[in-house]
Amino acid sequence: MKKIDSKVPKGPLAEKWTNYKNSQKLVNPANKRRLDVIVVGTGLAGASAAATLGELGFNVLNFCIQDSPRRAHSIAAQGGINAAKNYPNDGDSVYRLFYDTIKGGDYRAREANVYRLAEVSNSIIDQCVAQGVPFAREYGGLLANRSFGGSQVSRTFYARGQTGQQLLLGAYSALCRAINRKQVKLYTRYEMLDLVMIDGRARGIIARNLVTGKLERFAAHAVVIATGGYGNAFFLSTNAMTSNGSAAWQCYKKGAWFGNPCMAQIHPTCIPVHGEFQSKLTLMSESLRNDGRIWVPKKMEDAEAIRAGKLKPTQIKEEDRDYYLERRYPAFGNLVPRDVASRAAKERCDAGYGVEPSGLGVYLDFSEAIERLGKEVVEERYGNLFQMYEKIVDHNPYETPMMIYPAIHYTMGGLWVDYELMTNIPGLFAIGEANFSDHGANRLGASALMQGLADGYFILPYTIQNYLADQISVKRFSTDLPEFEQAEKELSDRVNRLMSIQGKHSVDSIHKKLGHVMWELVGMTRDEKGLKEAIVKLKEVKEDFWTNVRIPGKRDDFNMELEKALRLADFIEIGELMAHDALDREESCGGHFRIEHQTEEGDTLRHDDKFAYVSIWEYRGEDKAPVMYKETLEYEFVVREQRNYKS
Amino acid sequence: MDKDINIKVKVWRQNGPKEKGRFETYELKNISQGSSFLEMLDILNEQLVNDGKIPVAFDHDCREGICGMCSLYINGHPHGPDGEITTCQLHMRSFDEGDTITIEPWRSAGFPIIKDLVVDRTAFEKIMQAGGYVSVNTGGIPDANAIPIPRDKAELAMDAAACIGCGACVAACKNGSAMLFVAAKVSQLALLPQGKPEAARRAKSMVAKMDELGFGNCTNIGACEVECPKNISISNIARLNREFLKAKLKD
Repeated sequence: MKKIDSKVPKGPLAEKWTNYKNSQKLVNPANKRRLDVIVVGTGLAGASAAATLGELGFNVLNFCIQDSPRRAHSIAAQGGINAAKNYPNDGDSVYRLFYDTIKGGDYRAREANVYRLAEVSNSIIDQCVAQGVPFAREYGGLLANRSFGGSQVSRTFYARGQTGQQLLLGAYSALCRAINRKQVKLYTRYEMLDLVMIDGRARGIIARNLVTGKLERFAAHAVVIATGGYGNAFFLSTNAMTSNGSAAWQCYKKGAWFGNPCMAQIHPTCIPVHGEFQSKLTLMSESLRNDGRIWVPKKMEDAEAIRAGKLKPTQIKEEDRDYYLERRYPAFGNLVPRDVASRAAKERCDAGYGVEPSGLGVYLDFSEAIERLGKEVVEERYGNLFQMYEKIVDHNPYETPMMIYPAIHYTMGGLWVDYELMTNIPGLFAIGEANFSDHGANRLGASALMQGLADGYFILPYTIQNYLADQISVKRFSTDLPEFEQAEKELSDRVNRLMSIQGKHSVDSIHKKLGHVMWELVGMTRDEKGLKEAIVKLKEVKEDFWTNVRIPGKRDDFNMELEKALRLADFIEIGELMAHDALDREESCGGHFRIEHQTEEGDTLRHDDKFAYVSIWEYRGEDKAPVMYKETLEYEFVVREQRNYKS
Repeated sequence: MDKDINIKVKVWRQNGPKEKGRFETYELKNISQGSSFLEMLDILNEQLVNDGKIPVAFDHDCREGICGMCSLYINGHPHGPDGEITTCQLHMRSFDEGDTITIEPWRSAGFPIIKDLVVDRTAFEKIMQAGGYVSVNTGGIPDANAIPIPRDKAELAMDAAACIGCGACVAACKNGSAMLFVAAKVSQLALLPQGKPEAARRAKSMVAKMDELGFGNCTNIGACEVECPKNISISNIARLNREFLKAKLKD
């Protein structure tokens, strides 16, 4: 058993971070100039880290997969960002934000990391306001707050339904300034495809210039991965089309540990799949569940008639509707957490009561809210979402209920990091969604933005210095070193191998097969039989991919099919690891629901005596099974309880 | 009610920045009107790959109208015929059986073509880097509520901040002007107290960079506002002009 050192500082919870900062090593300004840091990714975590490290004086190289950092998928976050400001005077505190987050994660996150996240949350809001982020305000000119799932206070700051966009534009503007001041060099339309290690330390990357198709080498004293999650392993998800797991996965294949890979979040309110050519799923904000009521017909014949287009939802009488969340969870009703709402929808649809022609959809109904509040109020609250829905589905949600169904949204799992956000590879750091750290088995709404910016603005810029302080006498690396040579050659061989397959099937068609296996067998509910079946089927998908994929065009060219193929090769392997991890974790917690482990009422049943740990996977080679280590989660400050939403 | 339609698409194909481009026409059968415009292009590309041809390159990412990555000039309109949306939000129910749809890249001196429908918008990056920010370092910031900002000011700033940087305004403009894009950023920061100290410098350097990069002048046509997927108002251009003039008068 390997020693897992999470490097959590000693002392009382509230003093750990302060103590760490007081005793960590720093790098003086003259030495900072001599140290290079690669930051891969330009979302909230990547952009904020690159800008901040640049301001501090490090020489930063920042890589962006799109044509501009402003396009990273953080931009699509709607609802808001949590912080423990307690401006509404409703009893919030750093401790409460910490507690809600750790409980929301079903007690599978590290206490010290989550507490630090809550601790720096307030500085994030200050920082964003100073940058000119136009948060919503009260008439008195002070900041407004709203409430979100999983807490009893109003601690969410927001900018209309575009909070992610405004926060990202704030970080992006800081990054633009750092670029202008030559503190950061930005590479757009580049994708990291491999990590380069020298003497056991992360010392550079190989990236593909997506315009020329050429592989290029970049060296640095440290590498930071901020490339988001791997939800697109499911093909259909709320992630953007280029969101991928390849950067993290290549680090894993070079020896970096992967933490809790099976932990994925399924968001209950997405627009249902409409046809086999669907490319991605669109999220409808969680806020809709404040006023919308979720239901399916009580009678099977009604559900069948609706699916056949012979009956309209408005024709179903009140007593013939099954408001199943209100029925099953009277205390929380339609506002149960995301994992609970998602599973309940699946349960009804699997039982045959779904209302979409495919059978996979439930109603989110605003008729009662319109009657109670008037159409104007509903429009004021949700108008932009209703417009978005109507553009996609062509149904008017003011007149007929919305149809929704759960979809993959976020991955809590990711590269394993210690308290310093460093992986087990010295000099390799992971921040934001790309790491596994703060959300345990389930993430609360409005916490992803908080974590990305906390890591990038306020945590990594400190902790990375504790590592770099030892590197000040290390000279800049030449990219002609044999380690770079070899990494590029291996990657180049891999690309050639892909290009030479010249099979019969497009990349997307195989990605859809992968997505189907993942969704059916490694999705919202899982069991031993299904997971074993998934492992067999994923092998088949892999085989299919490496024999039948067809990539047109040339390798050294702008070639989007090749880009997708490289990502898909990794998604298949990520899917395999998710299935192994899900099979291994014989309990249910948060987003990981094992059918064999549920309460009598059908809720998650944890086994704290056996599974109160982070599963850490280590790669052992192409044809070898990975090894699993356990980081035991000792809870010193919080008592684990069963989550209850009924009473 | 959505039905399946048969259409033709006339697509601009161009192998590289220096190569000669041409239109090519493709037939598509049984396209569901419920599919999005980009899903229709996915189907076209699937067809091309299966026929052993090179698929059409186009930019896209979030596919929910916020990242600004998608572009496309569709039947003479940036982001297509439907209003207040981006190309990725456009659905095939905007088209009918038998239609021929013309698809072109953004055409502007400021946005050279990379391949097919993909253009290079780094000019926007350079304009932003010239001054589209408030010069604050991370940390050491006073409390967020230290400066009250009137709600209507904050809302106006938010209206301007809604710009997604897609470049439709430039593509729509007969002069290829980037004024709406620049005006949105200058306005957002000029409206807020945080942006005031640098307002003059910002307006001058962003405008200078825009001119340097070959974007045309604004002649108050208003096409940018009409085609903007996020309804950015040209009143922001008036504000930019005021900010610019104020800055120049101070010199």
